Amino acid sequence: MAITLTVNGTVHTVDVEPEMPLLWVLREAMGLTGTKFGCGIAACGACTVHLDGRAVRSCTLPVSAVGDKPVTTIEGLAPQGALHAVQRAWIAHQVPQCGYCQSGLIMAVAGLIAQNPHPTDAEVDAGITNICRCGTFARVRRAIHDLVREQGGAS
Amino acid sequence: MNKWTRRTFIGAGTVAGGGFLLGVAGFTFAPGRHALVADDAEAKGQLTTWITVTPDNIVTILIPHCEMGQGAPTALAMMAAEEMEAEWDLVRVAEAPALDAYANGYIARSVGGEYVPGVMARGVDYASFKLAEWFGLQVTGGSTAVRGTGEFGLRVAGAAAKEMLIAAAARTWSVSAAECTAERSRVVHRASTRMATFGELARTAAALEVPTRPRLKSSEAFALRRTLVKRHDIPGKVDGTAKYAIDVSMPGMLYAAVEIAPVQGGRLRSVDPSDAERMPGVKAVVRLDEAVAVVADSYWRARRALAALKPWFDDAGHGAVSTESIFAAFESALSPPPAVPGGAVKSVAAEYRVPFLAHATMEPMVCTVRVDTSGADVWTGVQDPLNARSVAAKALGLSVDQVRLTNHLLGGGFGRRLPFTFDYVDLAARIAKAMSPAPVKTIWSRENDLQHDYYRPAAISRHVGAIDASGRAVAVHSTYTGGGNGEAVAMPYDIPDQDAEGRDVDHSIRLGQWRSVLNSQHGFFKESFIDEMAHAAGKDPFAFRRDLLEKQPRFKAVLEKVAAISNWDSAVPAGEGRGIAICESFGTIAAEVVHVQVSAEGHLKVLNVSAAVDCGDVVNVDGAKAQVEGSIVFALSAALLSEITIANGRIVQTNFRDYPMIHLADAPLITAEFVRSDAPLGGLGEPCVPPLAAALTNAIFAACGVRVRELPIKKTPLVARA
Repeated sequence: MAITLTVNGTVHTVDVEPEMPLLWVLREAMGLTGTKFGCGIAACGACTVHLDGRAVRSCTLPVSAVGDKPVTTIEGLAPQGALHAVQRAWIAHQVPQCGYCQSGLIMAVAGLIAQNPHPTDAEVDAGITNICRCGTFARVRRAIHDLVREQGGAS
Repeated sequence: MNKWTRRTFIGAGTVAGGGFLLGVAGFTFAPGRHALVADDAEAKGQLTTWITVTPDNIVTILIPHCEMGQGAPTALAMMAAEEMEAEWDLVRVAEAPALDAYANGYIARSVGGEYVPGVMARGVDYASFKLAEWFGLQVTGGSTAVRGTGEFGLRVAGAAAKEMLIAAAARTWSVSAAECTAERSRVVHRASTRMATFGELARTAAALEVPTRPRLKSSEAFALRRTLVKRHDIPGKVDGTAKYAIDVSMPGMLYAAVEIAPVQGGRLRSVDPSDAERMPGVKAVVRLDEAVAVVADSYWRARRALAALKPWFDDAGHGAVSTESIFAAFESALSPPPAVPGGAVKSVAAEYRVPFLAHATMEPMVCTVRVDTSGADVWTGVQDPLNARSVAAKALGLSVDQVRLTNHLLGGGFGRRLPFTFDYVDLAARIAKAMSPAPVKTIWSRENDLQHDYYRPAAISRHVGAIDASGRAVAVHSTYTGGGNGEAVAMPYDIPDQDAEGRDVDHSIRLGQWRSVLNSQHGFFKESFIDEMAHAAGKDPFAFRRDLLEKQPRFKAVLEKVAAISNWDSAVPAGEGRGIAICESFGTIAAEVVHVQVSAEGHLKVLNVSAAVDCGDVVNVDGAKAQVEGSIVFALSAALLSEITIANGRIVQTNFRDYPMIHLADAPLITAEFVRSDAPLGGLGEPCVPPLAAALTNAIFAACGVRVRELPIKKTPLVARA
């Protein structure tokens, strides 16, 4: 069936089953491959996108549940040619290794900070549960500390 | 074996040259090998096998290794650029195509016979690769990239390129080459103040003979290698543009989901495809010997239809295999336990167990194949494109030169994407053959990935040791299953009577190379046992080890460094403890101290980890630190949580729900420092994995008195019995 959704500010109409997870609609119907498949059970967070500004795991979210809420993917996190503060911190701290989970991690952190600009370490621990097999967590932590400091908060 | 002739290279559509190995080691290559340049080398500004300089003064360095997060391509390019005196901002890094000219196996092949250069031998032998298996490989594994390809390849190639550019300038200006210097991607003749960019000199230089013995810089002269260099692959990994095998897309592409015989070796006996074939988007149900695939116009549709199949697979006679049956076989192979060496004042005995482990790379196995009348194209992400190409060719009944392979960034490797474990390439090729000429992308589910891995071996190791009247270790004997080799089992300590004996036990579980290979289990065994001996002797675990390392200055320096940065001698509050361990692997010595807190209820928190590492020199310090940090987290997750078990011949675990990983909240603070030495370069992708588990369980013992002898740690209650 035809489903209309707004992704990265653009309205798209796709012809897919309503129960198809948003992840596969983004990747295969729209060619937005920055969002990754890691587990299919919302356990690893590689598929994290923003739905109405909040981080969600798209691999178990039926496209029909999106409705008219705007979807943002890693490709639309910052305007074309610019970088979001989280992306800049990720480069400054050289966070990614293989990089596969990093779109999801960046979206999760950007979502957290959008909701709570000055999270404590405990709030970061509770909010960021993405899996990274390369083990970039030490740099993720340092990058988040820098971000929070930049925004004038105490971590 | 291929003959290395000019025809072979040009026939492969590529460029040879370089002569990098003989430049250093003085080996005789195939005739004329080092003098070969492509017909169009002059036009392309190609100076050596790996380095191109274009008129816009951009130096492009082709790296014959994959990027799987370890940062080796950046480090290797730095090694070439350092020798070449190329301005780093004008350097581009690209992965070499999957062509014979870039095989790193030719380091072995070129000299023929059994002889392998010393540095390579460590990787070849100790990573359990047989020499013959390196023939025709373009492998990234065994922590060999920087110390093999970099040290013997790209440094020499960079130095040769610089000499050629200087010679070109000297010829152009009619001056002596000795009066010219290269700096920041230019050649300068100070006496006449003349200057030309590498780009301006490239065409002339490319027509010159490649020097076979270029002069390398001394380490004191390194400039680029002493700066903080950002990795070239990171920008694309923060904005979603980095392309992995799963991101491959092309017109008319179909998607396949597979179900593989759940018991290793099992065969597909029957399947009724009728329901699946009627589902939307489904193109075909493809029956293979050991699997069944659904091919559809979307991956999700393929998976949904696959779930509607009820295939029946046989169990190849392994249906009774379980974790218990395998460990029972280990126990019987290890009976009787090693005898206590005579003459001991005090003896110590212990048994350690480790489980099977999966690699669980974040990107599951993915391979896209298109088969048509001209041959086949393969798009995937592998640690060895040449061997993967051979696997696809064999699956399709084609010759390797009919198969073109494009490698992509790897969403993690850790040994899963090494040669001889390309079952996913083999499967994808056979599925695509059934759908020819449509390209088919086969994506493994996480369930496929965890249940059809090549696992880190499970093992038991039994140890006995003797301590003399002075409290010094004088003997350690052990027997073990699960494989071992000289480097993995050897202890560095000055213990006069050492013996370790492996016992082979066959079972049906597929085994592979898991980050740090055999060192992952033997590091835990050796460094747990020496810690138990220290405590039995009533000695401080650091001091006990140090006293046994007087004849091993590199080990001693690394051990002392980690003790210093972890404040080993400072007191810790009740319920906390520190543990130490040190291991050598892949030419690198790594020592770690783990600091833990164990609550009265047995809740464990890993507070911080300190690491000291001697890998000789360090090429890219920040990238090297990232490897240390990542290895520690990788090993920590395994030590705390990971276990693959078997029931009814099948792998029990299915996804991250029952094969969990640590999260950000569980990750400790990590302090890493390098101890520079003049030792040959060691690897860095793996050597910080082996010490972690033992340092952690040693810390738990120090904190609460519970000695954990079986991994993962979660199986042992951390509450000391009263």
